[in-house]
Amino acid sequence: MTAATESTVQGAIGQSPKRVEDDRFIRGRGSYVDDVQLPGMLFMAIYRSPFAHATINSIDCSRALAMPGVLACITGKDLEAHGLAWMPTLAGDTQAVLATDKVRFQGQEVVCVIAKTQYQAEDALEGIDVDYDPLPVIVDPGKAMDADAPIIRSDLEGKADNHIFTWESGDADATERVFQEADLVVKLDTLYPRIHPAPMETCGCVSDYNTATGKMTVHLTSQAPHAHRTLFALVAGLPEQKIRIISPDVGGGFGNKVPIYPGYVVATAASLLIGKPVKWIESRSENLISTGFARDYHMSGELAATKDGKMLGLRANVLADHGAFNAQAQPSKWPAGFFNIATGSYDFKAAYCKVDGVYTNKAPGGIAYRCSFRVTEAAYLIERLVENLALETGIDAAEIRRRNFIQPDQFPYRSPMGWEYDSGDYEKALNIALDLVGYEELRKEQAAKRERGEIMGIGFSSFTEIVGAGMSKICDIAGLAMIDSAELRIHPTGKGVLKLGVQSQGQGHETTFAQIVANELGIPSDDIAVEHGDTDHTPYGLGTYASRSTPTGGAATAIVARKLREKARQIAAHMLECAPDDLEFDSGTFSVKGSPDQKKTVQECIFAAYQPGLPEGMENGFEDVTYYDAPEMTYPFGTYICVVDVDKGTGEVKVRKFVAVDDCGTRINPMIVDGQIHGGLTQGFGTAMMELISFDEDGNCFGGNFMDYLIPTAVESPSWTLGECTTPSPHHPIGAKGVGESPTVGSPQAFVNAVVDALSPYGVTNIDMPLSAHKVWKALRDAGVSDE
Amino acid sequence: MSDKTVVTVTVNGEEQEALIEPRLLLVHLIRETLHLTGTHIGCDTSSCGACTVLLDGRPVKSCTVLAVQANGREVTTVEGLEGPDGLHPVQEGFKEEHGLQCGYCTPGMMMTSVALLAENPNPSEQEIREAISGNLCRCTGYVNIVKAVQYAAAKEGATA
Ligand code: FES
Ligand code: FES
Repeated sequence: MTAATESTVQGAIGQSPKRVEDDRFIRGRGSYVDDVQLPGMLFMAIYRSPFAHATINSIDCSRALAMPGVLACITGKDLEAHGLAWMPTLAGDTQAVLATDKVRFQGQEVVCVIAKTQYQAEDALEGIDVDYDPLPVIVDPGKAMDADAPIIRSDLEGKADNHIFTWESGDADATERVFQEADLVVKLDTLYPRIHPAPMETCGCVSDYNTATGKMTVHLTSQAPHAHRTLFALVAGLPEQKIRIISPDVGGGFGNKVPIYPGYVVATAASLLIGKPVKWIESRSENLISTGFARDYHMSGELAATKDGKMLGLRANVLADHGAFNAQAQPSKWPAGFFNIATGSYDFKAAYCKVDGVYTNKAPGGIAYRCSFRVTEAAYLIERLVENLALETGIDAAEIRRRNFIQPDQFPYRSPMGWEYDSGDYEKALNIALDLVGYEELRKEQAAKRERGEIMGIGFSSFTEIVGAGMSKICDIAGLAMIDSAELRIHPTGKGVLKLGVQSQGQGHETTFAQIVANELGIPSDDIAVEHGDTDHTPYGLGTYASRSTPTGGAATAIVARKLREKARQIAAHMLECAPDDLEFDSGTFSVKGSPDQKKTVQECIFAAYQPGLPEGMENGFEDVTYYDAPEMTYPFGTYICVVDVDKGTGEVKVRKFVAVDDCGTRINPMIVDGQIHGGLTQGFGTAMMELISFDEDGNCFGGNFMDYLIPTAVESPSWTLGECTTPSPHHPIGAKGVGESPTVGSPQAFVNAVVDALSPYGVTNIDMPLSAHKVWKALRDAGVSDE
Repeated sequence: MSDKTVVTVTVNGEEQEALIEPRLLLVHLIRETLHLTGTHIGCDTSSCGACTVLLDGRPVKSCTVLAVQANGREVTTVEGLEGPDGLHPVQEGFKEEHGLQCGYCTPGMMMTSVALLAENPNPSEQEIREAISGNLCRCTGYVNIVKAVQYAAAKEGATA
């Protein structure tokens, strides 16, 4: 990072200009996919399997076809004729677009109806008759590898079990030796349950094939429009220059809009065959039962330590439930994502983890829900283990963390499972959090309450994230390097356009990326229009997820602005008749060192770039493009402290206070950073306290609508006390690390640790999420606690 | 299908006539027939409030009202909030206080807030939280939405 002098230009880094995108949203003038209305547009609805596992004997669409407005019923057999019945997943598996042989989860796509109106398409679903033979169902991933388990993926040649992959990281032998030497070993079996990102806008598309030009335009709820264009080209065999993906305003993504779903493929095929635009918008129920779920990690962790709380070794064994198709979204070489970041913020001698992925009769996934590739599960496991180590040793939960943190002088730090952490000051974040929460007083209060039999808990999470993928030498998706891009073009009047490969879903890129330009080039952020989400008009990039936009696209933006700043410097030197090195640059003005009156503004230089008389050999115009391949990941971190009061009679957990100290390196727009943290903490609260997708033994999905799948409302959502520290990333051009996911990665374990701390006097050492009142009540009753 | 019927609804001050199926939901009349796409759909169980509009000044989930039930009545959508003097204080509040991120819940959230302030010009934080509890937001965590409503209350109080 080059230390930039603080720019005074409007909108420069560190300022909090209001968001430019809000002007359309607050007027109801956003443009989401469902807002696209095209002449002659047809509508698609999907008939889905009621069974979790069943052979399809026959499909009869004749009643549906006779219904008003129905133009076509598309089955798997129809797609088979075009080689489209199956599609590749991002994880290198295949997934049925429409079921041909059998259905493998409840809610699986079987028939698509195309009709003139939405109502007619949905009416016609009643006219689809499918004859099934139900098969035995696997719901429990622990039974997936049993000898007598039914084979879910009978479509895969030679497949004789439900195993997907086994992935190991770290040194098993070295870890075993460390465990042998240890005074004690803390063990924890815990489930990070299946949840859903549930953005307020569901997934959908409008596919619009132009029969005259042969061009396919797909308006798509996409977090990664460029990658999706390439995948459409590969799957559908369309020439890539004839595919245009437009991801307009996206109503929240959180990882849900990274995969390609069957509905997109069929709507696109239908538009191609019929020659008219086809709209498919999934309902909320369809979104929850069939699209990318998250987590579902059954984790066994062991932590070896000395009796004075020095952590020595970590070992983890994970059973990963991926559902019926391995449709998870992780970089190709990382079947369990970055789960091997599980040593977290602590300096271990040795560590080892093993992850087994299996098929079950559930919706396919799992995606990284506001998460950088399984770091969420990893951060949960380590922070829960550390809490239990504190309980076991009787050492204070803050103190035990302090004793084991990686120290500031150890950075760059190489973790036992192979990651190189960029920078950190973990104790500083912890200390700020302790101050903000008033820790000593709280512990006194807790002791007094315990005397009186009242239940209160304090929970910690001192997490480290790994984001910004990044690093094409180890990270690709479907072979595509995980780079990102920025193209900057400034017009003669000094105002211009920044085009990005990343794609906002509410993060405010139109504001923050203009701020990076303001900082680097000295043009007010108000003068920069940011464009993204249209593959015909933006440079290639891998999209927005895993907190990668600022680490990759943000870096590309800073670099392209710097390239143009150098061009402006050459022009300024030419105009001022001095050497470029004799110029200083501050807040948009070049001035001659020692004679500050001799100066040119960057706008003057830009105007000159479009005039005759440029320096010898320089081309006219003022634009450039950068593709950025991050040299390393970035490692945001922080300490969260949660204080809860538990009602003995009802088991209800009340979050009294939650302090969040985040260090995400340089903060571009502090207002937006705080907003991201608020939102992520609330999602973490939902994960910890209320959200769950579960199944009965027949594979019926519970949690398939917003009456069963509970996300936080304004009434139960806590307020947050935020603190910050700033340890810039040494390898990022502006020192930023990314923040979007820190709060969802860091917070769930703080809630759970608080409740475990609260119940620990009764011998409780674990409760799995979500911590519903009933679960807590039951834990108390099981521990022999009565209402009084 | 059942015979079509004519409804007359005043939307954002303009009388609109439409020939519709009796089962048409109000939200579809607004979005599809009248092309006012600021009103969103976020669920199929009347849970999310993304579709909230004002019907004769009271907030309703327009996915749960038949268009025929709005016959002869007045509907206000997000597109009707801005007046000749500029943004409605609630719109201004959402922008000033960073009360939105993806913007999908925002129109419904603002309509509920407008109705709250009409009834209770000076609500407490708890009253605001309860009033918007039928409107889900997945992005903001609600803290800044509460501030946005408080901003609007203060602004309306100052100009009242
Ligand atoms: S669309 Fe969710 S309540 Fe109307
Ligand atoms: S701003 Fe995205 S749902 Fe509220």
